[in-house]
Amino acid sequence: MSVRVGKTDRAPSFPVAAKDALKDDQLRRNVRNATDIIRAKRTLRVGEMPDWEQLRQAASDIKTHTLAHLDHYLEQFERNCEQAGGKVHWARDADEANAIAIALIKQYSGEHAAEVIKVKTMTSDEIQMNEALERAGIRAYETDLADMIVQMSGDEPSHIVVPALHKNRFEVREIFREQMGLADLGDQPTDLTDAARRYLREKFLRVKIGISGANFAIAETGSICVVESEGNGRMCVTLPDVLISLIGIEKVVPTFQDLEVFLQLLPRSATGERMNPYNSFWTGVEPGDGPKEFHVILLDNGRTALLENECERETLGCIRCGACLNACPVYRETGGHAYGSIYSGPIGAILSPQLQSLEHSRSLPYASTLCGACYEVCPVKIDIPEILIHLRGKIVREDRTTLHGSLSAESLAMRAMSTVFLSHRRYEAAQRLAKLGQKIFERKGQLTNLPGLAGAWTEFRDLRPVPRQSFRDWWKTRAKTAPPSEKTS
Amino acid sequence: MRIALFVACYNDTLFPETGIAVTRVLERLGHTVEFPIEQTCCGQMHYNTGYRTEAVPLVRRFVSTFRDAEIVCVPSASCVAMIREHYELIAQQESDPGFLREVRSLLPRIFEFSELLIERLGVDDVGATFPHSVTYHPSCHSLRMLHVGDAPYRLLRKVRKLELIELPNREQCCGFGGTFAVKNADVSVAMLSEKNKEILKTGAEVITALDNSCLMQIYGGLHRQGSPVRTMHLAEILSHVEVDG
Repeated sequence: MSVRVGKTDRAPSFPVAAKDALKDDQLRRNVRNATDIIRAKRTLRVGEMPDWEQLRQAASDIKTHTLAHLDHYLEQFERNCEQAGGKVHWARDADEANAIAIALIKQYSGEHAAEVIKVKTMTSDEIQMNEALERAGIRAYETDLADMIVQMSGDEPSHIVVPALHKNRFEVREIFREQMGLADLGDQPTDLTDAARRYLREKFLRVKIGISGANFAIAETGSICVVESEGNGRMCVTLPDVLISLIGIEKVVPTFQDLEVFLQLLPRSATGERMNPYNSFWTGVEPGDGPKEFHVILLDNGRTALLENECERETLGCIRCGACLNACPVYRETGGHAYGSIYSGPIGAILSPQLQSLEHSRSLPYASTLCGACYEVCPVKIDIPEILIHLRGKIVREDRTTLHGSLSAESLAMRAMSTVFLSHRRYEAAQRLAKLGQKIFERKGQLTNLPGLAGAWTEFRDLRPVPRQSFRDWWKTRAKTAPPSEKTS
Repeated sequence: MRIALFVACYNDTLFPETGIAVTRVLERLGHTVEFPIEQTCCGQMHYNTGYRTEAVPLVRRFVSTFRDAEIVCVPSASCVAMIREHYELIAQQESDPGFLREVRSLLPRIFEFSELLIERLGVDDVGATFPHSVTYHPSCHSLRMLHVGDAPYRLLRKVRKLELIELPNREQCCGFGGTFAVKNADVSVAMLSEKNKEILKTGAEVITALDNSCLMQIYGGLHRQGSPVRTMHLAEILSHVEVDG
């Protein structure tokens, strides 16, 4: 089995990629503007819900229950989907899922040129479906406006919900002018959407195969649900003759009724809307209405490995609303590309490394101050900071098994400090030693050019030297000079 | 009341004035402060960085040091968050029922400094005077884990001659994050510069918080850019009784 998540195997570590991102002032302005707007809208729409906390709890309960019985609900989904005329395929990893999709597309294209229209699916980016299709001679058109922008500019999505969040409309205009050959295109939002509409309509009417993702798969009915804002998704799942829906196995929910909870939480968390403009549901096939053939590819790609551990399993409850990205003070500075994965921000920092058994994206669990803003906004109450700490622990344990890892400066320092803290006499000796040792680094009452990791502090920030008298020194001196009765006077 | 002070290792070593201020405030209110000299570190840095094996003995040490305390006062919200959010979980994972019992018995007796004053002692006026303009940064741990709410504001509003100025975007993290500050120094400093811009906009003379770790970060940036704005733990403001200069 070969689990892959986008291009994480080739991505630089987060601190390295972040350094580059921080230099791009335009990108940072775009990210800050966009996240500020979405955050404000979310706050407004969440604020009007008196039962928001109960909804969050209900969502968490449904996800916890479903993930504990995932095998049952997936098989129920398969039965009901096939009964309604759909066909369910199981894919262990990226290659299997792509191979299934390619075989289906070739089969249905027959003599015609193989091409597909796609509605935004992060899961297809996860398995790099577009690249696989291209290698197989299949042309894929992204039809979600932002995904289309990303595809046309040969870029990568930088946000789970708003993939082109890092681009402003002037940048988008340049891309459209070049790619659509529209020399005198205006820069107003209406100019841009009008150009996109004309370009996409032709695709919708011509291309016979559609590929979608899903927000939810309903076990009870075998139905699929996609929510979106543009209507392009609706086109993609209704106009083609053949529809292929690629779905991560964690997207299944037991009943239709469960959507009562999720469809209140998702749009408010994702885009600050009370309801998504387009909510599309489809169940199998219906003669004379919509696609004649309907296929579901259920994708594992590392997900089942997370089920074993309760803390890790929580990660799979994610409904990809992106609220944690918009709330994250780290994402706010760097944008999504620094994470080196199509799953960025706090959820990306726990999802990307876990799907790949910590083989890649190992710097991501450290790309957080554990400030807790992500957990606060998560509509399914995923305790992201706790999972980040859990993953850090796993990485430290793994590293310890190698000579290089167990002798790293950090590991040695951490072990030494723990030993020091285990005896207050050693700790007091260390305090004295620090006061002596710091002298060579003192300049104008500040510590400068500290060695090792501490140098990363003093490079950008000042630091007061360790004062002559520690608190315990003061306490001991006072205990000697003042009898207890005088202390409270 | 007899109050045991867990001053926190970094306050003990780097910010002794905070422990001194806590002692003065509590004694002024008529309480007896004790400082168990065996105390060192709560284990937060090790635990949060992934060094669980090293953190566990520190957790055990903390619990045995404060086992018999009536009340424990901690002038560091992030240490209290470590204790409250993780000690029980650690004890459970250690499969040591005696240890778990001790943790569960100790937890309700642990208070962050502002929590202790407002919630446990029911005091908002500690008789302080501080003739300066002050802005308050709600540290992430105090805000989202301890949920101290308006406790620090209530204390600050009762300080005579103090002008409290609201910090814009106050709930945004300062970028410290323990080892994050050095492992991801570039991002940490980018976050810090946003925070410090807001602090400078207020025109306040003093920036205060419940965590000296955040204040160390904020000071690091402000001082490097030559700003005269002072960083002070809330306890230091509350310990002031006379008009200074």
